[in-house]
Amino acid sequence: MSLFQSLMGWVDDRFPATKMFEEHMSKYYAPKNFNFWYFFGSLAMLVLVNQLLTGIWLTMLYNPTGDGAFASVEMNMMRDVDYGWLLRYLHSTGASAFFAVVYLHMFRGMMYGSYRAPRELVWIFGMLIYLALMAEGFMGYLLPWGQMSYWGAQVIISLFGAIPYVGDALMEWIRGDYLLSGITLNRFFALHVVALPIVLLALVVLHIIALHEVGSNNPDGVDIKKYKDENGVPLDGIPFHPYYTIHDLVGIVVFLAVFFVILFFFPDGGGYFLEKPNFEPANPLKTPDHIAPVWYFTPFYAILRAIPDKLLGVIAMGAAIAILFVLPWLDRSPVRSIRYKGWISKVMLGLFAVFFVILGVCGVKGPDIHVEFLPFEMTYRALGQIGTAFYFLYFILMPFWTSMEKCKPVPERVRMGH
Amino acid sequence: MNKFLSVLLMLCLPALVQASGGEEIKLTTAPINLDDKVSLQRGAQIFVNNCLGCHSAQYMRYERVAEDLEIPLDIMKKNLLFTSEKIGDPMHSAIPVDLAKKWFGTVPPDLTLEARLRGADWVYSYLISFYADEKRPWKVNNHVFKDVGMPHVLSSMEKSLGEKAFKEAMADLTNFMVYMAEPIRAERERIGVWVLIFLAVLAIPVYFLNREYWKDVH
Repeated sequence: MSLFQSLMGWVDDRFPATKMFEEHMSKYYAPKNFNFWYFFGSLAMLVLVNQLLTGIWLTMLYNPTGDGAFASVEMNMMRDVDYGWLLRYLHSTGASAFFAVVYLHMFRGMMYGSYRAPRELVWIFGMLIYLALMAEGFMGYLLPWGQMSYWGAQVIISLFGAIPYVGDALMEWIRGDYLLSGITLNRFFALHVVALPIVLLALVVLHIIALHEVGSNNPDGVDIKKYKDENGVPLDGIPFHPYYTIHDLVGIVVFLAVFFVILFFFPDGGGYFLEKPNFEPANPLKTPDHIAPVWYFTPFYAILRAIPDKLLGVIAMGAAIAILFVLPWLDRSPVRSIRYKGWISKVMLGLFAVFFVILGVCGVKGPDIHVEFLPFEMTYRALGQIGTAFYFLYFILMPFWTSMEKCKPVPERVRMGH
Repeated sequence: MNKFLSVLLMLCLPALVQASGGEEIKLTTAPINLDDKVSLQRGAQIFVNNCLGCHSAQYMRYERVAEDLEIPLDIMKKNLLFTSEKIGDPMHSAIPVDLAKKWFGTVPPDLTLEARLRGADWVYSYLISFYADEKRPWKVNNHVFKDVGMPHVLSSMEKSLGEKAFKEAMADLTNFMVYMAEPIRAERERIGVWVLIFLAVLAIPVYFLNREYWKDVH
């Protein structure tokens, strides 16, 4: 027996190391027909690790006070400490990458019906991750203490003020002050670096445990556990390790290439990843001309603004996120994957993706500006209202078209090469 | 289906790009060249002699400027260290804040990050766009920054140099301010090239490793 084997034997008598590795890696059988869209789960994990590691080192350079925060970013990180800029850009580009990857990961779930029974909890844990990620992104964005940090947070915190009776008290409780101040910065720092990362990690563990309990879906939406060999291994399943660990390396190299092109050559992301007004320190007395949240919040910001009444707007924005949680029960189709659904599902999902991006654009633009890319006259407000209407109709009407449309027959086993 | 959806997503990209359009002021493109050390040195000189009187660049240290721009420390100390004793100090302005407020009605903004805040073209256009305006307290106004509180500090320079040489000097100054707003820019672009070369090389074994493992999966 080799030294390694005897060492592992010693450990395994005391801790289920080999058992866990087999359960989640070398004997976790994933469908063999994963395609391009299946890279984004492991990429989300990669970005999470990047955010945690760079975050730890940034914390060492950061000064969480109203007087010192901006200078600690621009002096400590960007100028004085060797490669502090690299840590900072890894983290700021990573934040945008995180949302990009998560949006694509969620879209994959919507395409192939990965939220359908028995994977409802996988989807719900995923939605909770998304929610925690939004809170994490929002609080992290305040920390550089630039103008957009300050006024963006001001706008979002003021949404709570729309709640009747308790609104003002609630805003004061969140800020810890009568106006957004260094005290708010302090608590957001605590939540951003300690509380929310713990929540995020816990949810990721739950997401994966739930997934590995029921097994991964696939682009055909076929249940691979139906056909097993004499050892109980699904015929269309392959061990996650080494097949998908190796396969994901390809995705990781391609992803990193894109990520590093942005990081090293366009770290501002054209003003979307690092917004220009954020190169000016927070000034409570001077409101920027145009306040736009970071790009990953803009679809929901557009929904908020589409409704003229503030309280109703806040409710609509909340509902836009809440409705995603019940998606597993809105889809009544007899099949999981978009491949075998009818043409209505295909058109609607395509339109949903288009309108989600359009809503994102509407959230960036001033509401009274005319839409440049349309041949007729229309303001971004009106476009945002159309987008909002479609967003909700998509989910509200889903039970009807999914139960009525004619689906294609689903194959018994998965198909390769699609 | 995948391709259909990907194409739909791609079609949305121009809309996103268009969304980045901003104000309508016509800006002149600034001739930026961060590899031109001589231009950067001239820009640093103009900045310290003319801007640092009222504006700070408080996130930048004199020593860093000297090192990056290859200015010998003793020359830096003798000729460019007006507002501070130590070469390791940040570049603070010469006038006290309350006095500045009294003179100009507002505190002159810190300029360390001006080129990232407003863009290099804005800075360059602003510097060359002063014009005489009797209605303003300093008898000048600016095409890019309407009713600006700043006097035309460089007017004597503009007169003595002539228009062409003045524009060149302002290009140097803008170049320096772009450098100052992100001193590591040249370094990150240099490292970035090597990182991408590394990834390109790494892609080769990864590709073949993947092909080898997956050749039996049908």
